[in-house]
Amino acid sequence: MTLDVARIRQDFPILHQEMNGHPLVYLDNAATTQKPRQVIQALVDYYEGYNANVHRGIHTLAERATEGFEGARVKIARFIGSPTPEQVVFTRNGSEGLNIVAYGWARRRLGPGDVIITSGMEHHSNLIPWQQTALATGATLKFIDLDQDGTLNQESYDRLLSEGGVKLVAFSVASNVLGTINPVTDMVAKAHAAGAKVALDAVQAVPHMPVDVKAWDADFISVAGHKMLGPTGTGFLWGKMDLLEEMEPTYFGGSMISEVHLSGAKWADVPAKFEAGTPNIADFIAFGAAVDYLSAIGMENVYKHEKALTEYAWQKLHAIEGMRTFGPRQPRAGLISFDVEGIHPHDMSAVLNEYGVAIRVGHHCAQPLMEILDVPATNRASFYIYNTMEEVDRLVDALLHAKEFFGYVA
Amino acid sequence: MSLEGQHPVNLNTLYQQVILDHYKKPRNKGELLVDPVFGKHLHNPTCGDDIEVTVNLDAEGKIEDVKWNGRGCSISMASASMMSIALRGKTPNEAKSMMTAFYGMMKGEAGTYKSLGELQALSGVSKFPVRIKCATLAWHCVEEGMKEREEIDNKGGSANG
Repeated sequence: MTLDVARIRQDFPILHQEMNGHPLVYLDNAATTQKPRQVIQALVDYYEGYNANVHRGIHTLAERATEGFEGARVKIARFIGSPTPEQVVFTRNGSEGLNIVAYGWARRRLGPGDVIITSGMEHHSNLIPWQQTALATGATLKFIDLDQDGTLNQESYDRLLSEGGVKLVAFSVASNVLGTINPVTDMVAKAHAAGAKVALDAVQAVPHMPVDVKAWDADFISVAGHKMLGPTGTGFLWGKMDLLEEMEPTYFGGSMISEVHLSGAKWADVPAKFEAGTPNIADFIAFGAAVDYLSAIGMENVYKHEKALTEYAWQKLHAIEGMRTFGPRQPRAGLISFDVEGIHPHDMSAVLNEYGVAIRVGHHCAQPLMEILDVPATNRASFYIYNTMEEVDRLVDALLHAKEFFGYVA
Repeated sequence: MSLEGQHPVNLNTLYQQVILDHYKKPRNKGELLVDPVFGKHLHNPTCGDDIEVTVNLDAEGKIEDVKWNGRGCSISMASASMMSIALRGKTPNEAKSMMTAFYGMMKGEAGTYKSLGELQALSGVSKFPVRIKCATLAWHCVEEGMKEREEIDNKGGSANG
């Protein structure tokens, strides 16, 4: 492994605690990651040193706050290869970015006869906005078939595109349940050839691998900051500039205008147009610090580290009797969803918790996928830069304890 | 073989042996009653638990048979299994009292729950708030099924067996 994990762990105070008498093993990173001291310090520095509103005051504190806030945008833009910082629109989370596309773009352009393509592997955040768009506009929602191995059937995708009328294709770069990494550039190119725009849910991708939005060539990309070391309440929507310019804003009020009269108003330029009201300034500055932290490590190294952990966990998990994992072996995102015969995920999580191991159980905000997989819920272990092979061993030990506890002797 | 003592204390509080026993050997589970006096199918989408309970009454109006089916965690399955035994022979009013007592125990309200018999094994669930809805799902099936029956009977004016 190329990451100095021992050193990285020193930056995460939260990891150095016991949970029920055991050192904490945090494997719920796909839900939210922990925050390094550098990110927490950025929050403290702002509130102790230069708290002021952005984009308004002439005084020095306001200038510093604005500089910090816009500086974060520049860092994020560089991190994802955006041609300009302005194409990074700050949002609260992954869901909000896709809603901005649904309200500001899709609802104003789609009508009866138009088609939105998405898939059954989507997080609710990349499904419900399109369901609602279809309801409001009379457009039709179509779903790409999911293959047994948890990948999207590309023939099914081609067929849906060839049926015509497709205005929008929305899919995730990496599935938060299956771990599947979809062939983004291919799928985007096909959508464009069919005359459709593409919205990507990149929430489980940008924190975990090198990303160049120019190479993806998608039209809209939604990302959550809190899943990549940043504070909760941060995320961004990246968009192609011409589309962002022609879109309508979703929220109206302060900061998002250029000119206001009693009879009406004109909108500010992108991205201010989409950022009504005072934002959570400190959190975005700290998001910038998170991006600095990841950049210093190098995303290629992050990806390799997670791949090694995931591959190790895959082998160890499959040595357990009654183990079923979901999704392809590789390529996959740094997470594994699994089911152990005879032990409901809620029972599993309760036992693991007693051994200090935190995993996510439930439907992972992907209820349609649970239906497709025909499971009520799954267990999910998800990894990040501070996780170790020893922690994978701890997970496996705890799983074996759970099997024993529920009377399934290994 | 007893596993008591080999596992963290909290686990044994939540999962008493009687719960694990009912989970592994659920009673009255499987085939549902055909044309029951009342019944209800409920689903808890947040954890995927899914339970259907059917109930028949005898000539005196007492609960004669409870059959249920479903899938879920050990807590929800054990609760349904124990409930299916506990309700037998009870009048609908007695069943309601039992329900109230059970919900009270789940909320951690002080009191004696001796009347609940082996269901008291589930008292530890009250310390795990996210699991309360697992333990109460089968009971909500009976509660709502009974209520729907009463509404039908009240409208129709005829007291059904």
